[in-house]
Amino acid sequence: MLRALVVMPLLAAGILGIFGRRWSERVIAAIGCGSVGLSMLLALYAFIELWRLPPEHRVIHEPFFSWIAVGSLQVDWGFHLDALSGVYILFVTFVGFWIHVFSVGYMRGDPGYARFFAYMNLFMFMMLVLVLADNFLVMFVGWEGVGLCSYLLIGYYFDRAYAASAAKKAFIVNRIGDFGFALGIILIFATFGTLRFSEVMGIIAARFPEPEALGEIGLLTTIALLLFVGATGKSAQIPLHVWLPDAMAGPTPVSALIHAATMVTAGVYMIARCSELYARSLTALFLIAFVGALTALFAATIGLAQWNIKKVLAYSTISQLGYMFLACGVGAFSAAIFHVVTHAFFKAVLFLGAGSVIVALHHEEDMRRMGGLKRFMPLTYGTMLCGWLAIAGLPPFSGFFSKDEILWRTWTSPTVPEPWGRLLWGMGFATAILTAIYMTRLIVVTFDGQERFALLTEGQGSTALTPHESPRVMTIPLLVLAALSIGGGWIGLSEAYTGGRVANWFEQFIGPALASPPVHPDHLSALGEEPGHGMELGLAAATVLAVLAALLGARRFYRRDPLRRVPALLENKYYVDELYDALFVRPLVRGSTVFLWRVFDVTIIDGMVNGVAASVAACAAVLRRLQTGLVRSYVVMIAIGALIVLGYFIFVGGRIPIR
Amino acid sequence: MERALFLIFAVTAIGAALNVLLRRHPLHSALALLVMLGALTGFYVLLGAYFLAVIQVVIYAGAILVLFLFVIMLLNVRAEEARIERRPYVRWLAVPFAALLGAEIIYLVRVFEENPSPSGTSVGVTEAVGRELLTTYLLPFELTSILILIAVLGAVVLARRERR
Amino acid sequence: MIPISWYLAVAAVLFTIGTVTVFVKRNAIAMLLGIEVMLNAANLTLVTFSSYFRELAGQIMVFFVMVVAAAEAAVGLAIVILLFRHRETLNVDEAQALRL
Repeated sequence: MLRALVVMPLLAAGILGIFGRRWSERVIAAIGCGSVGLSMLLALYAFIELWRLPPEHRVIHEPFFSWIAVGSLQVDWGFHLDALSGVYILFVTFVGFWIHVFSVGYMRGDPGYARFFAYMNLFMFMMLVLVLADNFLVMFVGWEGVGLCSYLLIGYYFDRAYAASAAKKAFIVNRIGDFGFALGIILIFATFGTLRFSEVMGIIAARFPEPEALGEIGLLTTIALLLFVGATGKSAQIPLHVWLPDAMAGPTPVSALIHAATMVTAGVYMIARCSELYARSLTALFLIAFVGALTALFAATIGLAQWNIKKVLAYSTISQLGYMFLACGVGAFSAAIFHVVTHAFFKAVLFLGAGSVIVALHHEEDMRRMGGLKRFMPLTYGTMLCGWLAIAGLPPFSGFFSKDEILWRTWTSPTVPEPWGRLLWGMGFATAILTAIYMTRLIVVTFDGQERFALLTEGQGSTALTPHESPRVMTIPLLVLAALSIGGGWIGLSEAYTGGRVANWFEQFIGPALASPPVHPDHLSALGEEPGHGMELGLAAATVLAVLAALLGARRFYRRDPLRRVPALLENKYYVDELYDALFVRPLVRGSTVFLWRVFDVTIIDGMVNGVAASVAACAAVLRRLQTGLVRSYVVMIAIGALIVLGYFIFVGGRIPIR
Repeated sequence: MERALFLIFAVTAIGAALNVLLRRHPLHSALALLVMLGALTGFYVLLGAYFLAVIQVVIYAGAILVLFLFVIMLLNVRAEEARIERRPYVRWLAVPFAALLGAEIIYLVRVFEENPSPSGTSVGVTEAVGRELLTTYLLPFELTSILILIAVLGAVVLARRERR
Repeated sequence: MIPISWYLAVAAVLFTIGTVTVFVKRNAIAMLLGIEVMLNAANLTLVTFSSYFRELAGQIMVFFVMVVAAAEAAVGLAIVILLFRHRETLNVDEAQALRL
């Protein structure tokens, strides 16, 4: 069953890749969406099977085939379904399916229709492999695979230089992270002798009862940090976040699926999967929390200053991912996953809605040339509103519950010493306010106010542009995802809201699959003090009020002045790309040209190869002299040869038998 | 008595071979070869190979050498002029090579110093040879006839005048 | 009693002279004559052994050598004739069309 789930998109990808070019768009769409749809249904079925099991035994393991058996290294493909991967396959296939449906409309008329769906399906396969893998190496296969699909899909418009470069950038930056990841995997194998999650985590739990203290860089911390490097690359955290905004060069459904809902959350998944490991390294957790919070704040400030609608959403994604890592860092793994799920819903809505707008305006992405669209595209507008309120974190939308859970856990985090916990909370709080502001800006500039899109056709003359609502195939997914953005949060309702009577269902479900956070020795809870529900409600209320105020203020502000100039520092993303270029790219290029190319490649390698040829020619030139064509020379040669053979028989061996 | 004969034949043979080498005109060389063949016939008789001695005269001297003479006369061969040798080194190689070869062979020959044997007689009687040829060595015997046929055909085809 | 080595020595000398002839001579026919000398020297050796070890096989072999020598002389001379026809000369140094 799990096998079918995973393999189906792969088959569709193969079929579409080979035969797709000859088929009509309808057939391609049917196959492309159908496979994901079937996977979705199978995922649902698997999930229900999982649910039926009692909480302590909620694991389904399906071996697939034996892959590597070399000496002590035994790696098989097997699928491991527990609460964590169960949640993941559900929302990945569900959101993936609706995005595929949306793409049917969005990509209509594009010559590479079949290629698009083939790559998208390939991506689904890789993502499912990543999530359902039962060992590190297979997960790494999926990890690399989604990176590959990201490359293929970002560079989908391969005839555009910018898109091709962006694809390369994404892949290369990812690779840097993957290097750390690979080192981590090697270290795990060297230490524990196995790569299976269940076995490794079991050994860790047994052998290391006490977590490694803050500031101590022991074995577990090293592994944890190496793996985190990989997560940083894949999930676009500082300093490897630079690829995500440029990845917006790909088609919008790609941005929605890969760079918002699924691939970028792979890093969070990995940390949750290894939660036993991370729960034993206070240093790693602290670093993760800090990086996450810093990234969240940092990205939010940049998102405030972008004019490209997709770039705003890209930085928003980076920022929200920061929240997820923050949650992991403070030991609230289930809260992190919860936010992954709600984020998938509302970010997908936002991206797809943006896609709807972009297509309606004939692929215009600059918000300065939008405006007043709510009259023309009410459905899109309505769904975007849902996404907006969800991401801002207003109740009763889904984003509120997950974000608030994270903030609360940060405040009360047992893994970081006291003052830091408050500081991290402060950063999260500030980010929430900034989120409200920049999202409001996006909504207002795009949908409210004066229509600025007529400016588009001025230089090109001819047809006046009247945007209209997108077709049903695009709006239905929007509606579905918007509904989930509204209602999807109730599954993770914190206990505080019901006075402790109704438990947090999500946390209960996924909790057993994750480790419980370690307690820092300096923490208050170690001293026996537990903040109660009242504190939680109070903080939540404060946050909501602040966000609401920011939201309304921003709305008023941007309504009045949508095209207000933004600070250059923020608009140029703190010049990070330029910095990397100067620090890394240019020296590398120079070094390669001057040294690697000229010295090594031309001189040494070409020299060797040409040298072989030249030496052969030289030998030939000498040996050629033997072929004189003169009979008498040949006679001499024969005679000398005979002399030598005779000499051999005389002096060396082969006695001439004498009777 | 034997020794004297041996000596006479030996000197004749070597002298004739030297003449083959040293003469300018191929005709003179061929005639010198003839003399050498005669000396060898003497050797064969001394060694008791009567059949071979006769065959030597009939075939070698009488057929092969005559063939050589015919060709020499047909082609109207002149004496070799002392032209500039294009590859002089071959000439200079000859003597040392000869010396080496000779030394090697003589070294081999000395092995046989340890095995002096009586010189045989009546080993090569015609009847005996004939019997061997037609029983033990029948197949090679027949094959040589085919060989001769091929050689004849080959020579005829090769030397044919081109038909215009 | 003539020691066997005497015969063998004579044959060796004859062989050597034949080889030198083949080396030195430029005339094609002269070279063929040198080859005949060599062949005869070999024949002498064979007959010597046959006689001294009372082994008839040696003489049989000589018989065949003579046959082959005849065939070889015939074909070789035919080639020489052809060579002469094409080049008007019997100098083998002139025949270097196969030179690399």
